[in-house]
Amino acid sequence: MRAFDVVVVGAGAVGSAIASALTRQGARVAIVEANGDVGAGTSKANTAIWHTGFDAKPGTLESRLVARGHRLLEERAEEFGWPIERIGAVLVAWDDTQLARLDDIIATAVANGYERARPMTPDEVYSGDPHLGPGALGGVSIPDEGLLDPWTISIALATDAVVNGAQLFLDSPVTAVEHTAAGYVVRTSTGDITASWLVNAAGLGSDLLDRAAGHDGFTITPRRGQLIVYDKAARNLVHHVILPVPTATTKGVLVAPTVYGNVLLGPTAEDLHDRKATQTTADGMDFLLAHGRRIMPDLLDMEVTATYAGLRAATEHADYCYGVFDHYVRVAGIRSTGISSCLAIAEQVVGDLMEAGLATTPLASPRTVRMPNLAEDRLRPYADAARIAADPAYGDLVCLCERVSAGEIRDALDSPLPPRDIDGLRRRTRAIAGRCQGFHCGAHITSMIAKRSGGAP
Amino acid sequence: MTDVLVIGAGPSGLAAAAALAAAGVDVRVVDRDEAPGGVPRHSDHPGYGARDLRRLLSGPAYARTLTERASSAGARIDVRTTVTDLRPLPDGGGEVDITSPSGRETVVAGTIVLATGCRERPRSARLVPGARPAGVMTTGWLQRLVHLEHGSPGRRAVVVGAEHVSYSAVVTLAEAECKTVAMVTDDASHTSFTAFDLAARARYRFPLLTQTRIEAIHGNGQVTGVTIEHADGRRGHIACDTVVFTGDWVPESDIAVRGGIAMNGRTRGPSVDTGFRTSARGVFAVGNLLHPASTADVCAQDGQRAMPAIDAWLHAHSWPTPTAAICVEAPLLWSAPDRLAPGDAVALRLQTALAVDRPRLVAIQGERTLWQGRLPWIRPTRPFAIPAAALAAAHDDESITIRLG
Repeated sequence: MRAFDVVVVGAGAVGSAIASALTRQGARVAIVEANGDVGAGTSKANTAIWHTGFDAKPGTLESRLVARGHRLLEERAEEFGWPIERIGAVLVAWDDTQLARLDDIIATAVANGYERARPMTPDEVYSGDPHLGPGALGGVSIPDEGLLDPWTISIALATDAVVNGAQLFLDSPVTAVEHTAAGYVVRTSTGDITASWLVNAAGLGSDLLDRAAGHDGFTITPRRGQLIVYDKAARNLVHHVILPVPTATTKGVLVAPTVYGNVLLGPTAEDLHDRKATQTTADGMDFLLAHGRRIMPDLLDMEVTATYAGLRAATEHADYCYGVFDHYVRVAGIRSTGISSCLAIAEQVVGDLMEAGLATTPLASPRTVRMPNLAEDRLRPYADAARIAADPAYGDLVCLCERVSAGEIRDALDSPLPPRDIDGLRRRTRAIAGRCQGFHCGAHITSMIAKRSGGAP
Repeated sequence: MTDVLVIGAGPSGLAAAAALAAAGVDVRVVDRDEAPGGVPRHSDHPGYGARDLRRLLSGPAYARTLTERASSAGARIDVRTTVTDLRPLPDGGGEVDITSPSGRETVVAGTIVLATGCRERPRSARLVPGARPAGVMTTGWLQRLVHLEHGSPGRRAVVVGAEHVSYSAVVTLAEAECKTVAMVTDDASHTSFTAFDLAARARYRFPLLTQTRIEAIHGNGQVTGVTIEHADGRRGHIACDTVVFTGDWVPESDIAVRGGIAMNGRTRGPSVDTGFRTSARGVFAVGNLLHPASTADVCAQDGQRAMPAIDAWLHAHSWPTPTAAICVEAPLLWSAPDRLAPGDAVALRLQTALAVDRPRLVAIQGERTLWQGRLPWIRPTRPFAIPAAALAAAHDDESITIRLG
């Protein structure tokens, strides 16, 4: 029997942030993850937007935590080395209904404590983003929205927890939960874990865990978002996050650059029942292309680098499903804002557990984690003369489209949470994420991973 | 300082380097791969070298021969050396940022030859829906896996596409003991040689499913199968553990785009005139960066045919302007070169969207018919040529149109 102060179920951005904060607080923490890697669910497949929370429902916990999380991500960017780009967003109104909504959007932003939203004339919209399609009637500028790197943030926080003493159990889906006088026993496919506190950050599976823990607070309806990633040649077309104006009938589609130098078009919003339905569909692609053609016709002339789909953990409630109960914390229904809010959620959980009697002594000198940079707006190893001179492996490019060196792949394989497959390596280094999708490097990189794990290529 | 920097050590780059070095020019070739040769290096089947070497070699032997010719002529070839950026200079050539294990450098070259080749469009660029399991690859990935890494794909493969390279993928799969269970194409027929198609299907016993598309890829972790949809709406499921997306070539134009070089909107490679000059002075482009995917020997011929214009630039700083645009009409998709520089006669390479037997082709400028000629056949995915003489009577102040007559 493995005994801990807290067991966090779910190693996405939210669970990892909570585990990191509790570990630094001195708690003995177990992290239980059903997948074979951290950040491999909702956290890996989203729009990678650094949200201010301007459009949240005022007065909600989500409103407060996204706003706070937005600041915390930036405050800790230097420590972890994760990229944050405050490029600003523009909501563009394409018809009279949308135009009529703009005042409400600014008022909502103010009610959420965000004071810097301001209206834009069509001229201002087009001078900021000249490649927008014709017909924009006006817009709203949200200068503090931006871009983040969801892969690095999730892995950084999980790594931070692990190097500071948390135990991570991968490939360990929860099979049963038992409430005892002293806390919880969490039964998993790889063994039982006993802890005083159970934190439910299980994302798409959080309602099942909630019921297993003796509650019944909500139901998850997976909401699928399909996205198209355009070639880096498209990056110059887009200067801001181009947001849709949500109306009663449609939430719309956004166009946004990524920190990796590509451009995203998406997402769809499809309510499903299958919690594993991360397939893309022909209808989904057609829907995105139809929207993209209106928003930015030039974008559709660009080559597509990748397509993907992610599932957001939506519920019947308009806010996060958060609650502190007897030895149990529910952190669920985080939908699409979890990466932006994760550090604030973690702060909230730590505070609430302290208040509820979790007595630990904060680590005097926690180890810090410094992540390799995957972003294009700062120096990457391939362009770093001093680094290559010190270690030629950083000049030995393996993934040519994304300019990923053998040195970076080696570092990822040697890291505290090494990748086990191509998908894991891609999220740690960008290898094979580029326009050729492995035409040049796929075979070589799969053999690098296989050699490390002792298998055949 | 290097006189000429050639970016890419495939057939066209090596041939250009060999010709330049033989003429006494100081040439440096850089290539991001770990050995020179380009795509033929991992295409381990015969059929290379007919037009340029006048004999037939395997891909790897052809790659070695071209490498040897360039080296022995005096060209310096640096592999594992990646160009990451190009900044053309007003007086010609440009600054080129290069990364290799021996360091990061910025090279200034008065003359640059872009020979970065092409790649196959992967599954994602074709917007093929479904899950994202392992086992989905391109022919390039497959051939490198089998011939360079000595690894193995799965046991049952669906090959998407039915052009030359698709059959090459079938052969490579067979060598790795992976059975091709079906070849699937949107088109009405394959576009390879009929003899290839018949021989391959007789020997490897797979169906060719025309007017059929992949509707979805299935599998959680590894591919388990594909759903196919025929033109009449019928659907089917094929169990497989590997899906190989073949052909549908697209130029590797990243460096040209970064350099701000004008593009040929039809090919997505650089726009060049009949002297292989791009929009940037002193910057040339050759090979499948211009006309994807022509056979390797045709690419190597580009390297030789660019010599007069490169020579005139090196010795006389000659850079003719203006040039006349060369346009095409449907069903033709593109022409490369796509601009005429008077005095530079070179065969145009053209691509068609439709198969046509005994087509008559016409070159027109204004009211004038410059040339007409008949070809035995033209096929999609198989770039073809019309002779240099076709534009001999053209002038440089009006656009030229190539169409079927």
